[in-house]
Amino acid sequence: MTTVVLESTKYIMIVIMALYMLISFVFSHSKWSDESRKHAVRTQRSVIFLIQLLGALDIFIYTCEIKSLIFFAFEEALFVFILVNFWIFYEDAPGIVINHMCLLLSIGFIMLQRLDFSLAIRQLAFSAIGAVVIMIIPVFIRRVTVLDKLRIFYAGAGIALLAIVLVIGSVSYGAQLSVSFGGISLQPSEFVKIIFAFYLASALCSDTEFKNVVKVTIVAALYVIILVLSKDLGAALIFFFTYLVVLFVSTGKASYLFAGIFAGALGSVAAYFLFSHVRTRIIAWKDPFSVIDGAGYQVSQSLFAICSGGFFGTGLFLGYPESIPVVEEDFIFSAISEELGGIFAICLILTCVSCFIMFLNIALQIKTRFYKLLALSLGTTYISQVFVMIGGVTKFIPSTGVTLPLVSYGGSSLLSTMMMFAVILGLYMYKESEDEYIQKRKRKEEKRANRRRDRS
Amino acid sequence: MAYAFLVLFLALIGYFAKVIYFDSDSIINNAYNKRTDVYSQRIVRGDILSSDGEVLATTITDDDGNETRYYPYGKVFSHIVGYTTEGSYGIESSANFYMLRSHTFFFTYLLNEIMGNKNQGDTVITSLDADLQQTAYDALGDYDGAVVVMEPSTGRILAMVSKPSFDPNTLEDDWDEITSEDESSVLINRATQGLYPQGSTFKIFAALEYLRENNYDDSAFSYVCKGSIKGSSTTIHCYHNSVHGELTLKKAFAKSCNSAFASLYDVLDISDYCDFVNASLFGIELPTDLSSSQSSFTLTADSGQDEIMQTLMGQGQTVVTPFHMALIMCALDNGGVLMNPYETDSVVNDARDTVKEFTSVEYGTLFSEKDCDAMLEYMRYTVTDGTASDLDVSSYTAGGKTGTAEFSDSSDSAHAWFVGYAGATGYNDIVVSIILEDSGSGSEYAVPVAKKIFDEYFD
Repeated sequence: MTTVVLESTKYIMIVIMALYMLISFVFSHSKWSDESRKHAVRTQRSVIFLIQLLGALDIFIYTCEIKSLIFFAFEEALFVFILVNFWIFYEDAPGIVINHMCLLLSIGFIMLQRLDFSLAIRQLAFSAIGAVVIMIIPVFIRRVTVLDKLRIFYAGAGIALLAIVLVIGSVSYGAQLSVSFGGISLQPSEFVKIIFAFYLASALCSDTEFKNVVKVTIVAALYVIILVLSKDLGAALIFFFTYLVVLFVSTGKASYLFAGIFAGALGSVAAYFLFSHVRTRIIAWKDPFSVIDGAGYQVSQSLFAICSGGFFGTGLFLGYPESIPVVEEDFIFSAISEELGGIFAICLILTCVSCFIMFLNIALQIKTRFYKLLALSLGTTYISQVFVMIGGVTKFIPSTGVTLPLVSYGGSSLLSTMMMFAVILGLYMYKESEDEYIQKRKRKEEKRANRRRDRS
Repeated sequence: MAYAFLVLFLALIGYFAKVIYFDSDSIINNAYNKRTDVYSQRIVRGDILSSDGEVLATTITDDDGNETRYYPYGKVFSHIVGYTTEGSYGIESSANFYMLRSHTFFFTYLLNEIMGNKNQGDTVITSLDADLQQTAYDALGDYDGAVVVMEPSTGRILAMVSKPSFDPNTLEDDWDEITSEDESSVLINRATQGLYPQGSTFKIFAALEYLRENNYDDSAFSYVCKGSIKGSSTTIHCYHNSVHGELTLKKAFAKSCNSAFASLYDVLDISDYCDFVNASLFGIELPTDLSSSQSSFTLTADSGQDEIMQTLMGQGQTVVTPFHMALIMCALDNGGVLMNPYETDSVVNDARDTVKEFTSVEYGTLFSEKDCDAMLEYMRYTVTDGTASDLDVSSYTAGGKTGTAEFSDSSDSAHAWFVGYAGATGYNDIVVSIILEDSGSGSEYAVPVAKKIFDEYFD
């Protein structure tokens, strides 16, 4: 009986997930009327709820534990809280992006409950904190008007944070990633991603002269080099991608892009010869099975998981993703692919891509250059991380151990990603310039006042 | 910019789908994949068949749903087919995951999954020839030892016997008894894991080294055998102190004259000889997914005269596995090119549709064509005018080298060796590597086994 439920929910999930994807791509186009887009967003919300419900059903049926139902109740409360939050604080933010965020969180919750219930509870708590933080962000952006003038602060703060980690950070899985404050361990590099985006936007928003580009490059190189020294190659890659993209878009010069790619390639080769931890990753990527006893173990196990699941997956609880070390963080994608299926996993990738496309749309609509670059920069950071993560666990590129934003377990990663989403959606409200915004506001006020007068 | 990322992600998704669709079967079939239990809850382990369609292993499910693995041939295929109780071994281990995957008709598969029924796992079709295996098994008689039969042009293993054998059907019950007998080591596949002194079969290397150094012209060699030759401190005798008289190298090879080969000590470049032997799969893992031992050749140019003379004629410290000698024969019979040995031809689903086909892959070149031509001629001469004359029949053309490996001081106890090839029009060539422990001379004990195998194959 249990198997029948787990098997059939797996197929239902694949079908509705595909439906969700279809809606995302069809209705993200602006040719549709507001009314039909709202309808699409509502349909997607039903799909998300259904996925949450099916996940909860699977988990309850398999574990027969009441705590899974309690978790489900809290989860629903959290999502209602998040949706209400956005409704109040982010008036006309695109509903599809908010849906994507909720969907990714939900999938993470399902997988974490299946892998390690206690982690799922912690993840839920972090999400609740995140939901509170995103309330403050639009206010913050609106009130703090000097955000674009703080480039020296961003450069200094980011590098200082990373340097602190490098010096005193505890060693986790070969990489120095976290510092502990009174029992809570933080991964500053997750938050430095946001600072770095602010830096790039502020540094390149007004001046794109060669001299300035050199300055920006030096700062970016410092970030990347510290990360490579801390063995956090994944983050180094993400920062490098972001730097390249923002530089190219802000200057419009393809020569910078090619020079950057060339320098990046050169740097990679140098890193390969200089650092043994870089070499290890490359060897484990080229043929993980030849070093399956050592460096290739994780990637091999990840491939076993993905291939065992096939396109349709084994069904929740019916695979063996526990065999992958740190599956809850760096390899959660493989666990999802094994148990919920390759098709589901592809839809998950497409969801992330859809997020990025929406972010780019937002960036295009924003008129203030600083905010435009900021949205672009954060969006690129996000999508680079998705690419480095999924590329790594599928052996498309060398595995560097980064998290899948919103899905993987990890407080720092979760909070920083929610903040990124919030900042971008907060900026969306600035798509008109400040004056237009004030006028629009005034018109609305007048309308309301008129209506009040009419009534009375 | 957006397009660049889109292209990247499309490539990633395409790659991801490719891995799942095309590569998954070969990736999953790895000893480090711990999913055996997970799979066997959902799949009925598939069968193992011989190349001629005989069932070598199958799963029987009783009315209560209990599964037992049944091996119709009992002891005959025990080492090569292997077992899954008490760990896993043989093909049961190397092809484990193929049998735990089901490529049954899509709709049936789905229906079974949803109903919670098990699906039928895929069937592994081996390259083993059931008749040949049975012949080899019977031919060894009561002797401990091993037989390997292979097809040199492809690397397919046609038969692999190891004795003493065990019955995989009752392995669980017999386990304690089998593992307590530490002397006979029943569980070891002697063909791939047994390390034996190789006796005169090792003369192949000394003869080849002479031919290589003299541009394949052996006319300058002549030796008069008086039954023994003096080393620095010991005297080397020919088998049973036979006096072979005046010899060419070819005749010395065919008659397996120890004195003549020991005399090569003064003629050969020993350092070259060592390099040549070492390049012939010694001291490395053999290219197979079966459990195997590494052969060892410890001679160097600095070794003492006695040891060098002993090694040249085939005693010394060298030990080899019968499987290794079969691979040497494969390369010699295939123009010097060794094909990777394999024992699974294909994987099919329950409707006999092919799921995966294994093809021959070249391992590398061990010998030059001139090496092969000369050596095959020497081996042929051993059949027509030497120690393997039993094989001089009209229905096929055989060649080979006998060996008698004395392993203790008592001169009567020796392992009988034979390595050889045979071919006939209308058939692919085959090679054999045979050892009978503690029997006697190669020509008396191992050659008749080869004859039975050749007779069966070229029937």
